[in-house]
Amino acid sequence: MATWGLTSLARAALARIGCAALLLGGMLLPSCLACHAQEYPYFVTYSQEMEEPGNLDIEWFNAVGNPPSGSSFMGSDIEFEYGLKGWWTTEFYLDGQATQNESTIFTGFRWENRFRPLSREHWINPVLYAEFEDISADKSIREVVGHDGRYDFLTPNRLAHMNKEREVELKLILGSNLHGWNISENFIGEKNFAGDPWEFGYALGASRPLQLAASAHECALCAEKFQAGVEMYGGLGDANGFGLRLTSQYLGPTVNWTAPNGMTVAFSPQFGLNGYSIPVLYRFSVSYEFQQFFSHFRRSRQ
Amino acid sequence: MTSRPAPFFVAAFLILWGAIAIFATSNGAWLTNVPQRERERVNPYRDQPDALAAGRRIFLDHCAHCHGKDAEGTKKRPSLKSARVQQQATDGDLHWLLVNGNRSQGMPSWVKLGDPQIWQVICYVKSLH
Repeated sequence: MATWGLTSLARAALARIGCAALLLGGMLLPSCLACHAQEYPYFVTYSQEMEEPGNLDIEWFNAVGNPPSGSSFMGSDIEFEYGLKGWWTTEFYLDGQATQNESTIFTGFRWENRFRPLSREHWINPVLYAEFEDISADKSIREVVGHDGRYDFLTPNRLAHMNKEREVELKLILGSNLHGWNISENFIGEKNFAGDPWEFGYALGASRPLQLAASAHECALCAEKFQAGVEMYGGLGDANGFGLRLTSQYLGPTVNWTAPNGMTVAFSPQFGLNGYSIPVLYRFSVSYEFQQFFSHFRRSRQ
Repeated sequence: MTSRPAPFFVAAFLILWGAIAIFATSNGAWLTNVPQRERERVNPYRDQPDALAAGRRIFLDHCAHCHGKDAEGTKKRPSLKSARVQQQATDGDLHWLLVNGNRSQGMPSWVKLGDPQIWQVICYVKSLH
């Protein structure tokens, strides 16, 4: 049975990961007096915003899809994002996926760092991104590069899991804030250590809070708590064949809501734009930001 | 006497320049970097009680963890009740600081809040004198 693209296996995996996330949140929540994120509702696109120094953001990303002639899947990753400096943010991801009639597996990890070379705000703000990933059978689709497409999702987990991919990924992130809008562009280059050619991709996003000014009183469902926008991303081929052909492209609206306790929930249906793409991906995420994370431990020791 | 190579002097100059720059920005020298037209900007929410209340909410959400709930400052972060913030800095100066941040000193940019919320929090901070 596949309801809303979510299979029984995917639901079981969702429940397991959800329990782990709740347990983690339950352990950390008492030490968090005020955890307020103000995030853009992007799933693939990076903005120029860095994590505030000392803050830890924990985010759970999911992508659910049903490729034609393939099995439904849910790719998940848990992200730990920490602001080391005002100009340096580091992130660590643990990835996994569940595929209908196959298995639920841990697919690997990623470690990324973002650096902001210019200290002040400009019309366009560049950020440099470098990532190392050690991954196999990944279905979280955190980016599309090279000739990635729906056919990659037809390989059974037991075979795909044997194909370990160790890659370095570089991104140029450009972001602007104009009249309440955030507009972000990412240019991606990825190199597999196995000797494959450089693969390229892009991601674009634009979003805006539904209301810019804050209300005088605390509210849960007022417009300032919502951000809405649109996101588009896809592959650009590789060093042997650059372009939009023979690769997947996605476009979709995206929205997030920040609860009064600071938790942010985001959702986006994303539509494949060509025959290489999965027709529809449903993405959702939950995130929590712990302000001055380590200071809570210091205080508790005193 | 052997002459030192040019790269040594370049490196020494860069280190010295960096140290001076860090020292200069640590004592509120950011105020001298604010362009005149930014300094003269007027807070569109000034004297609005609702903006003050909204600004307090924003302050508690985003600023209090570093500057303290009462804005008196913490071990590493400055008080916002100081003469520099309350008397020397104009609303425009504070807006410029919140938009650009002072990253070398750990002060992030708050441009993601958007102009209206930045002005609202300035209303609140300026009411603390």
